[in-house]
Amino acid sequence: MNAPLSPPPLTGSAVAEPVLAVAGLTRDFPGRKVLQGLSFTLAPGQATALIGANGSGKSTLLRCLVRLVEPSGGEIRMLGRDVCRLTPRGLRRFRAEVGIVWQRHNLVPRLSALSNVIHGAQARIPGPRTWAQALAPAAVRNEAMACLARVGLADRALLRVDNLSGGQQQRVAIARMLMQRPAFILADEPDASLDPQTGEEVMSLLLGLVREEGLSLLVISHRLEHTLRFSDRILGLANGRIALDQPTRHANAAGLRQFFDHAEAA
Amino acid sequence: MISQSPARFRHRSLVEYAALLAVLTLVVTSLAATAPAPDKLGSGIARLFAPSGLLTRMFPPDFTCIVPIGWKLLETLQMAVAGCFLGLILALPFAILATDRLSPHPLVRQAARALIALFRTVPDLVWAIVFIIIVGLGPAAGVMAIMVDKIGFAGRFFAEAMEETDPGPQDALRAIGASRLGIIGSAVIPACMPSFTATSLFALEKSMRGSAALGLVGAGGIGVDLKVAFDLFNYDEALAIILMMLGLVIAVEQGSGWIRRKLI
Repeated sequence: MNAPLSPPPLTGSAVAEPVLAVAGLTRDFPGRKVLQGLSFTLAPGQATALIGANGSGKSTLLRCLVRLVEPSGGEIRMLGRDVCRLTPRGLRRFRAEVGIVWQRHNLVPRLSALSNVIHGAQARIPGPRTWAQALAPAAVRNEAMACLARVGLADRALLRVDNLSGGQQQRVAIARMLMQRPAFILADEPDASLDPQTGEEVMSLLLGLVREEGLSLLVISHRLEHTLRFSDRILGLANGRIALDQPTRHANAAGLRQFFDHAEAA
Repeated sequence: MISQSPARFRHRSLVEYAALLAVLTLVVTSLAATAPAPDKLGSGIARLFAPSGLLTRMFPPDFTCIVPIGWKLLETLQMAVAGCFLGLILALPFAILATDRLSPHPLVRQAARALIALFRTVPDLVWAIVFIIIVGLGPAAGVMAIMVDKIGFAGRFFAEAMEETDPGPQDALRAIGASRLGIIGSAVIPACMPSFTATSLFALEKSMRGSAALGLVGAGGIGVDLKVAFDLFNYDEALAIILMMLGLVIAVEQGSGWIRRKLI
């Protein structure tokens, strides 16, 4: 499962309208300011790695982008929408376009891989037809099977997900995300609970979607080798602020380690 | 060097000792006020075995009415199944409304919880009397009483099962843009199925036992015949009814236990 790793030309993406623009984003929890006025933009069709020490606000930032955590202040413009001003209905429609891969796969354990993938179509096709594979229309089942084939699990379609390995479960979660037909992918440490080889396969799969489908990816990873291999740009968070922003081709492991050392010392 | 061994009992505060004393006082005064005197209990048990006593007159059981008793037992089983089925179906929406994560509004949640508590707290015999007033004597009142009792019983356990489910899959579906109903149908209910099945089978067992007693107040089933047998001093026939009821309840419990082992 080797994804093409050559990045798109930066000149083209530099002039394109940003797929994500964050301005002055803050998020306060009682007694703690987790995000302190973040501002950055992401060009479409690129893989951006978000790094930072534990507690630096990476996961909070990802959740704020789709308002699973409500921002305290600032602006988020994503996929052409003013995220902070979306109505509940508009927010549901917006979320359907953003695929999220979680550190834990968050699949429904007693259901089959196919049923879990079909759940990805819930925003497009509301109602019981997308609750389980047995109820789904033929077109939806076929699309879900194609998504499973994409992650190499078509032959496991009817197995319960709690009978699959950790890596296979994460791939089912990616297939569910593909079923959403997303324009933007947020991935919160998708390689964290996987062995090195499976983690690499999952990261390669995500980068493949960026290269082949032109999707945009913002991925959190604690594995520096993955950050360097599977991204076009690196954003570093420290104390709720952007403390590093550089193209991956200009980064190296020693420099990133130095960033972590400085962040922890601060 | 010998290290000092830790204290055998945890040091307790004065308040804890006071609470323990209060509980002990409650138990002792309750026993003194309500438990039967040993001599009265002894003479009562002796009367059971006297030549004209209840147990003596019960044996041998009289099975000459086995066919009509059998039909009444079937009616009792049907009351239990129908009441339990309706109660379980209605318990699900009540449980959803009573669950923290799934209820649309805190006021709705409190109202649903209060109703479930009311259905559970009032005994099924009282519900049977209420429904006899509404629909008249007979099995329909019994079915309604079992239904309401099961909404209270299953509603509470369904809600607890839904509260205890892993929130991860629900959050993931919310992030996908799934509706509240979609999250319930595709993540909550599948995750709760083992618990729902166990609760439903216990509810059926409880309904079976309850439906046998509902006839005592005129709400249909075998209880009516049992009451008549006792009222007419036909204790041998009463024992036959009790033994057949026991057989049916054990059969239902064994059957539900077998299903539980197979499904869960």
